[in-house]
Amino acid sequence: MDFMQSLTLESATEKDARPLPRLMPRLHVKAFSGGAIVLIFILMGIIGPTVAPHDPNKQELTAMMKAPAGIGALHVLGTDNLGRDILSRVIHGSRVSLLVAFAVVFVSGFVGITLGAISGYFGGKVDFLIQKLVEVVWAFPPLLLGITIMAFLGQGLFNLILALVAQRWIPYCRVVRGQTLSLRGRDFVTAAQCLGASNRQIITRHIIPNLIQTSLVIGTFAMASSIIAEASLSFLGVGVPPDIPTWGTMLADARIYISTAWWLPLFPGLCIFVTVLGINLLGDALRDILDPRLKRTGARL
Amino acid sequence: MAGYLFHRLAGTVPVLLLISLLVFLLIHAAPGDPTLLLLGEETNAAEVARAKERWGLDQPLYVQYLKFLKSAAAGDFGKSFKYAEPVINVIKTRLPATIELAFFAILIATLLAIPLGVWSGSRPNSWIDNVGTTFGLFGISMPSFWLAIMLILLLAGVLNLLPTSGRSTYGIAGPEQTGFYIFDSILQKNWPAVWDALTHIFLPALALGVNMLGILMRVTRSSILEVLNEDYIQTARAKGLREKNVVWRHVTSNALIPVITVVGLELGTLLSGSIIVETVFAWPGSGSLLITALNARDYPLVTGIVMTYTLAFVAINLIIDGLYAVVDPRIRY
Repeated sequence: MDFMQSLTLESATEKDARPLPRLMPRLHVKAFSGGAIVLIFILMGIIGPTVAPHDPNKQELTAMMKAPAGIGALHVLGTDNLGRDILSRVIHGSRVSLLVAFAVVFVSGFVGITLGAISGYFGGKVDFLIQKLVEVVWAFPPLLLGITIMAFLGQGLFNLILALVAQRWIPYCRVVRGQTLSLRGRDFVTAAQCLGASNRQIITRHIIPNLIQTSLVIGTFAMASSIIAEASLSFLGVGVPPDIPTWGTMLADARIYISTAWWLPLFPGLCIFVTVLGINLLGDALRDILDPRLKRTGARL
Repeated sequence: MAGYLFHRLAGTVPVLLLISLLVFLLIHAAPGDPTLLLLGEETNAAEVARAKERWGLDQPLYVQYLKFLKSAAAGDFGKSFKYAEPVINVIKTRLPATIELAFFAILIATLLAIPLGVWSGSRPNSWIDNVGTTFGLFGISMPSFWLAIMLILLLAGVLNLLPTSGRSTYGIAGPEQTGFYIFDSILQKNWPAVWDALTHIFLPALALGVNMLGILMRVTRSSILEVLNEDYIQTARAKGLREKNVVWRHVTSNALIPVITVVGLELGTLLSGSIIVETVFAWPGSGSLLITALNARDYPLVTGIVMTYTLAFVAINLIIDGLYAVVDPRIRY
């Protein structure tokens, strides 16, 4: 069967199976709204701190616990128990939260893809060892490993990134290994081998470029989960040090005042929720466009 | 089947060993001295030395680890520094609260997610599907601890409908038998206590279950969509069955297989979530105990809880794999 023929056959079965024409506009809505949300928060993280109305850590003891007063007021979203401006803290928080999440996604992506490609390409003992490591790390309930590592390392941005990476490289590694196993037997890899390419060249030039799409999808979901995990650890008091404003530390500070000041927990939590929602929307759209096969495994990324 | 399960069980032993080593080292190497934290800063050197000797902290780390392994193999995780009781007993008094909470969280999640997923999946792109998928997306994006805080704020603070902390109102519950308050109260036919415990568990269970709700709804939906394309569904329709029967009998029973796996996988997330939700609701479970133990650097207790959670996680996944074969007769090990 030649290539064109197989292509038409494939699309024919696709058409029978799913109402494609109605799926597309929905995808665009998802991609667009998700992308817009994420972009807004990224912009907020980049230029926000320069346009924030106040210093996020400046304590104004004469203006403690002010309720949100609306646009035009001195403290648009109110102040907290130490008189710090909520809006400025939320804006500064977006920078830290997104920075941590991006760092976690990139580092864990790098580690996971590399180990997964090595594991799948070489097989044998290396594969066995890497897969044992995957099994051990994966047997930890998520967050529990993060808490344990943070107890060991102590609070801090860098430590937090490390603790989150410790478990988040696994999804990349597992999926990439599976794909590498099937890529290894493909003709273009054999061709490269015949031309005398080294293993390293084959992995970096021929295998990894084929894994980028899938990894991108995993990365979006990992990003969403990193933001929640960062906030959770900071909330428990083992994440970011208390002097750095993040959405998680703001929620932790707000906890004891929830009966008196609803605005303290509302805004940082809303930021987490909306950002994660945007990333998930974007991830859904990316997955449907790039790699529909991931639909099932997307559950626990 | 038995052979397969044995193989899997044997495979988990080295994994658990490695995990115990990792946890033991991380916790013991963590900064902070339990003797100073528990005895206070003003204790003299002799007292510190005595405490260290009593807790075995004066020995080299590898000796401590080997001793821990030896007693752990017999089901003994040592004595808690803080509570001066065997770790197993401390965990035993707290674990029922967490299990009860997790059970109700799963109950709420499945009871809402499966019908929603089936409705959405069987009518793709309809209004109900749009509502359902939006709901699912909200569920997976919701930080459970923020939902917990907002629920307290709204339902308990403003509307004053439900209690916000603890497992029951003092004095209502009868004597403890199993540690599961609701189960105990039903056994004792103490209906006010059952109702009281239910009102206490509702908010934490809802907050804890929300992520699972979202994930289950999405998995159910996509699984339904997939099964709808199978030949045997066409056969069922060709036989002239009503669409309602096709969806609920033929499609749903087959579509639920991946859903079961996801429940198992998500239990790990649920256990971790319980740590944070229990902290917010002052729920006296093993999750909040972990945070207390960690802050006191109570090495045996922390190791004990982490190992219990990991064991539970590994065991549940084994059970789920076994269950798989029961639900889907096509799977044989």
